[in-house]
Amino acid sequence: MANATASAPRIDLKQSLVDTVLAGLVALIVFGPIVGIVLDGYSFNLQPVRLAWMVGAVMAGRLVLSLFLQTAAGSRVLDRFEGSDSGIQVLPPGYKTRLRWIIPLLVVAAVALPFFANKYLLTVVILGLIYVLLGLGLNIVVGLAGLLDLGYVAFYAIGAYGLALGYQYLGLGFWTVLPLAAITAAMAGALLGFPVLRMHGDYLAIVTLGFGEIIRLVLNNWLSFTGGPNGMQVPAPTIFGLEFGRRAKEGGTPIHEFLGIDYNQNLKFIFIYAVLFLVVLLVLYVKHRLTRMPVGRAWEALREDEIACRSLGLNHVLVKLSAFMLGASTAGLAGVFFASYQGFVNPSSFTFFESALILAIVVLGGMGSTLGVVIAAFVLTVTPELLRSFADYRVLLFGMLMVLMMIWRPRGLIRINRRGFAKRKGVAP
Amino acid sequence: MDGIFLQQMINGLTLGSVYGLIAIGYTMVYGIIGMINFAHGEVYMVSAYLSAIGLALLAFFGLHSFPLLILGTLIFTILVTGVYGWVIERIAYKPLRNSTRLAPLISAIGMSLILQNYVQLAQGPRQQGVPTLLEGAFKLHIGDGWVQLTYTKLFILLASFAGMAVLTYVIQYTKLGRMCRATQQDRKMASILGINTDRVISYVFVIGAAMAALAGVLITMNYGTFDFYAGFIIGIKAFTAAVLGGIGSLPGAMLGGLILGVAEAQFSGMVNTDYKDVFAFGLLVTILIFRPQGLLGRPQVSKV
Repeated sequence: MANATASAPRIDLKQSLVDTVLAGLVALIVFGPIVGIVLDGYSFNLQPVRLAWMVGAVMAGRLVLSLFLQTAAGSRVLDRFEGSDSGIQVLPPGYKTRLRWIIPLLVVAAVALPFFANKYLLTVVILGLIYVLLGLGLNIVVGLAGLLDLGYVAFYAIGAYGLALGYQYLGLGFWTVLPLAAITAAMAGALLGFPVLRMHGDYLAIVTLGFGEIIRLVLNNWLSFTGGPNGMQVPAPTIFGLEFGRRAKEGGTPIHEFLGIDYNQNLKFIFIYAVLFLVVLLVLYVKHRLTRMPVGRAWEALREDEIACRSLGLNHVLVKLSAFMLGASTAGLAGVFFASYQGFVNPSSFTFFESALILAIVVLGGMGSTLGVVIAAFVLTVTPELLRSFADYRVLLFGMLMVLMMIWRPRGLIRINRRGFAKRKGVAP
Repeated sequence: MDGIFLQQMINGLTLGSVYGLIAIGYTMVYGIIGMINFAHGEVYMVSAYLSAIGLALLAFFGLHSFPLLILGTLIFTILVTGVYGWVIERIAYKPLRNSTRLAPLISAIGMSLILQNYVQLAQGPRQQGVPTLLEGAFKLHIGDGWVQLTYTKLFILLASFAGMAVLTYVIQYTKLGRMCRATQQDRKMASILGINTDRVISYVFVIGAAMAALAGVLITMNYGTFDFYAGFIIGIKAFTAAVLGGIGSLPGAMLGGLILGVAEAQFSGMVNTDYKDVFAFGLLVTILIFRPQGLLGRPQVSKV
């Protein structure tokens, strides 16, 4: 179609009008009953104005689209759609991106933040960083290894409830649980992933989807152990035994007395922010190194062509499992931060919507792109804070974002690229 | 054999036949384009709303006899849901026919989020319901308890078996069915032989949606209430049924649905109702470990 219109860029108005009328009819059938007739008990109310607006919007959109695609500019847009074989872009050796100043700038901004931020800004940034962590973890699983994990939030819940349950039943604190949560989440990932990863990739999606829901159901139903829907208290973090409260609990010292400064209720958040920031940097570094190591290469190779990899002797189960476990442990870490940031946990923080949000971050940021994920995490978590009036439409927008991104740019807004290797001297080309 | 067992058997068979109807949508789409249509559960949810709207409309126009009411609702729901199936395929999957493997899956997740939120925004977040259409039951005295088969449940069993019979006839004996089967076996070869495979794929989505619509009407009749979130867990269970029977196999989907329904009902009757979803999911993982090709499916061989 694109080629035919490109050779003869004449606008067929009649065809466009037919398209428009057909689209309007379909829109009327689809939206008519659900939008136009609102159930009210066993009877209904008619909402014709709303329906007319939606059908009108669909028809106008179809007309504009149909006319635009027939112009020269439109066929150029059609041609630019990515096909299946546009994979990773290889840059010339020694290529330096123009955006390289952005990383030191971000680090400086991040270090400077606690000195001027108020409590609200700090909490928003902490939430953003938690989602950066989640996005980075899921990016390893979905972006690099090409495994669709729809129950990612389960590992996040394991981390968060790990802190709450560990404190209540075993008396563990923030610092002990932090590594433990990562290990527990990774183990859960291994238990779930090992049987499923042997099979066709799509099964993993539905099994993880179920797993996420099961974890939430168990947390919700097991009243005696997890407190059910009421949730559990989470202790405030401490550093070297120093506490962040105004008054210390039995025998402890509050940190502001120890340092000899005035009490500041932001101190707890500054502490969480600092540790979280260090952990994010660590995860970024680990991911950066891993993608250049054999295991990282194997993830991406498996994503692109599993049969070729298995023919070359890669153990596909172990390679996938390593990505799955690494992603799970990152979510476990994020869960611990989330729990201590919130001060309590309950199952409603771990619904399928969270998994979808994290997936939207990865999809928007670009599968496998680190900087893209960091930006997307902040955009998708901070924007809803600013646009509260659109809160009802959030899920709708995420859904549209996913569908449109898959049609327009399945590999994300920021292209994954990689520097090529320079040829060594004395090697035949 | 005691009363509870028999009662749960009846409940399970009714529930299972409806799971089977939804599982058909998963299994046919998977068979033909090798993709899990995550939005299928939401299609069922939309059809539940449509059936309530259809009932309300018909009642408003003064129709009160049960056969006419249920027939009108069925036709209305199946037609509109079929259009939904077609539109979903056209928007979310058709542009991705030659894309990366992950793209249609993510697009399907996006589509199911869109449908869920769209219905929630349009119809409001509260639970909706329909009045009881068929009163009464067959009662059987066993031991010291009653076993009852309500007329609604009997109707559900009959209607879902009729739906499956019609589908089997269409797939086995009509031209459309031959085209579907040919496309499922080898899409490239089928298109060389003059079958418009893109259109066949659209038909498959419409058939799947129509079956989900039948299920939507039946479940709504039985339970009476539903909300915009209803498609999620039923979707997972119907998929479990499809995997249990062997994904890609039509009789497998029906058998898998019945087995899952009965197993779930017996589990909630004998062990615990809170964890019946956990049980269904555990069953899914167990099947995937020990018999990934399901009961009636053939083992999958991946080819270049």
